[in-house]
Amino acid sequence: MPVFWLVLAVLALGVAGYVFGRMRALAAAGGDARKLHSRLNYYGVNVALFTTIPALLLIAVWMIAQPMLVNRATEGTIPDTFVAKGSSIDLVMSDVRRVAEGLDLAVARSALSAKEARALRADDSDIRGLLGEVGVALGSDVKPEILRAAQTYRELSKTAALWMTGLVILLALGGLGYSIARTRADFRARNVVEKAVMGLLIGAASLAILTTIGIVLSMLFETRNFFGLHSWSDFFLGSTWAPNFRGDSELSILPLLWGTIYISVIALLVAVPIGLFAAIYLSEYAGAKTRAFAKPMLEILAGIPTIVYGLFALLTVGPTLLAIFGDGGALGVSWMKGATSVLTAGVVMGIMLIPFVSSLSDDIINAVPQSMRDGSLGLGATHSETIRQVVLPAALPGIVGAVLLAASRAIGETMIVVMGAGAIAKFSLNPLESMTTITTRIVSQLTGDGDFSSPETLVAFALGLTLFVLTLGLNIFALYIVRKYREQYE
Amino acid sequence: MYDAPKLETNVQAKENKIAARNVQVYYGETHAIKDVNVDIQDKTVTAFIGPSGCGKSTFLRCLNRMNDTIDICRVEGDITLDGENIYDRKVDPVQLRAKVGMVFQKPNPFPKSIYDNVAYGPRIHGLARNKAELDEIVEKSLRRGAIWDEVKDRLQSLGTGLSGGQQQRLCIARAVATEPEVLLMDEPCSALDPIATAQVEELIDELRSQYSVVIVTHSMQQAARVSQKTAFFHLGNLVEYGDTNQIFTKPKDPRTESYITGRIG
Repeated sequence: MPVFWLVLAVLALGVAGYVFGRMRALAAAGGDARKLHSRLNYYGVNVALFTTIPALLLIAVWMIAQPMLVNRATEGTIPDTFVAKGSSIDLVMSDVRRVAEGLDLAVARSALSAKEARALRADDSDIRGLLGEVGVALGSDVKPEILRAAQTYRELSKTAALWMTGLVILLALGGLGYSIARTRADFRARNVVEKAVMGLLIGAASLAILTTIGIVLSMLFETRNFFGLHSWSDFFLGSTWAPNFRGDSELSILPLLWGTIYISVIALLVAVPIGLFAAIYLSEYAGAKTRAFAKPMLEILAGIPTIVYGLFALLTVGPTLLAIFGDGGALGVSWMKGATSVLTAGVVMGIMLIPFVSSLSDDIINAVPQSMRDGSLGLGATHSETIRQVVLPAALPGIVGAVLLAASRAIGETMIVVMGAGAIAKFSLNPLESMTTITTRIVSQLTGDGDFSSPETLVAFALGLTLFVLTLGLNIFALYIVRKYREQYE
Repeated sequence: MYDAPKLETNVQAKENKIAARNVQVYYGETHAIKDVNVDIQDKTVTAFIGPSGCGKSTFLRCLNRMNDTIDICRVEGDITLDGENIYDRKVDPVQLRAKVGMVFQKPNPFPKSIYDNVAYGPRIHGLARNKAELDEIVEKSLRRGAIWDEVKDRLQSLGTGLSGGQQQRLCIARAVATEPEVLLMDEPCSALDPIATAQVEELIDELRSQYSVVIVTHSMQQAARVSQKTAFFHLGNLVEYGDTNQIFTKPKDPRTESYITGRIG
């Protein structure tokens, strides 16, 4: 039975279980639902849960385990000598699976009968042509060993699927019977159901955490592979970023880190004053109407995809800067050679961060109690003195937290720097030169046809991990500061 | 015991500090204060009493123009401080508030050190020419706030770290530091426990020797204890204004009597 129908069958059993459970509970209470421990629905849901969840879990586990087990069993039938030098058993197995799929398809389209497919011999039939007719193209003629392995593969899969169907249905019925038997008037159905709901919530929460751990681990392993191929001292302490495919690449993070930090600092220099002033205006001076209009407008900026900011950098800001600082520009100097530069990317990234800074700071400034302002105004301080000497100092830790969060976004930002900053890794203080960042290098090392066993590709993971550690540290620091600030008023 | 009657006679001789004539306050469409006339005397504690929402705090906030910070609030009529109309265009509310200080319902020390809290006003108004003078002002104010002995060894620690009663006395010291002529107190004890309340009340009585103090309170006992003059507000009207003794013993208006005996409010 296909898995889809099996799942449907289990769900149908669940619905039936719900109805049975309710009926059984009502009967147990002698028709008076108020004599039950829990509300009537919970008995139904309890039975439905016991019927469906173990069975569905079994399907999930089986679907993961079956291909692995069948693969291993089939592998055993292929003689070691058959695996050609330079090839691997995995490649042979993928051929086997392909032939097996082709046979399945052929049977499904009735080009072959099930019996014929089982009895097929490579010597006396054109399997390649046969499978080609049903749309499965093979690279070469099918060897007898492969055909035999594919047939074994099919047999095993079929048997396994049969077993799964039987076991799943059995388990569903078992769960149904067990929970129906447990359904009595004093059975605490609500507690069981609520525990199941809690389990679901815990599952969702742990999934998010486990994913994070998984990401970190996968990066860690690839990074370890990288450091197996490339010296860590060059990565952390070298001075040049020059990947090549001759095998003597210099892969140092430092020039990239420099570019990243330089661009981020420029971005923050743009975003922090503008964002902060905007926040002060919005929270302290703007009337309710202006605020209701201006705040969403500002936050629209935050909704623009960064690739669009990248276009803005490429088409507007870069050429504008070139027209000022470039050859024959407005200033009559030729400090800038091309449109891509640290300044271009930094300015555009700063614009991107403005709503980030302003929105967070606005919330933080608003959280400063009105009584603080009243206290200051009541002493004869002016509005601006109050803001400078009472409101901002009180909000400062929160604002610092907002700036740090913005900084960690700047460091991790990719598209704007890909399009605005250029691709040359170097140490330079001149903001009008193009430089490159960690993120852009990760993109360029992993796109294209890289070999996943060469240090030039694996370096991307080491870069990613470094970036991750950097932004994680910044975020933790920011959250620490923000939390410390909260304690002051609550 | 002997002093009490003498004090009472002194009160009569004192001159008016603030005079309000036909004051109306509107919050948007709401007419919050209706036609209030009152004379507040110098070196006297004047209590505003009345049920919640009767407008006593609103009226108090008119006296140093704190209502200006509320957009929808509109004040009509004349309020004069030493004969000068405080709602005149010539008067900067910022300067006015230095002369008419305010202490709020909830203690609101700034998240700065105790020293900086008190020095805040003097620094803004340039009352001290050097550090020594500022130190002196801070000490004098803290002494006047009756909190000097408790904090003199930790002037650099955060004002927000003090207990509620200490915070409120710190706020009073902070208000006193700008050398106001009038001190407005909006239910200064409502967030305090009885012991802290007693300390603050004692302090208010001492402050009377130098300032005109106006206090809004919900506690009739407090009004009776600390004030010499009492004004009873009801539904935005000033119902009765007179000597505290007279208000609490022989109220003229039946509404005042009902409130004092606990039948309305």
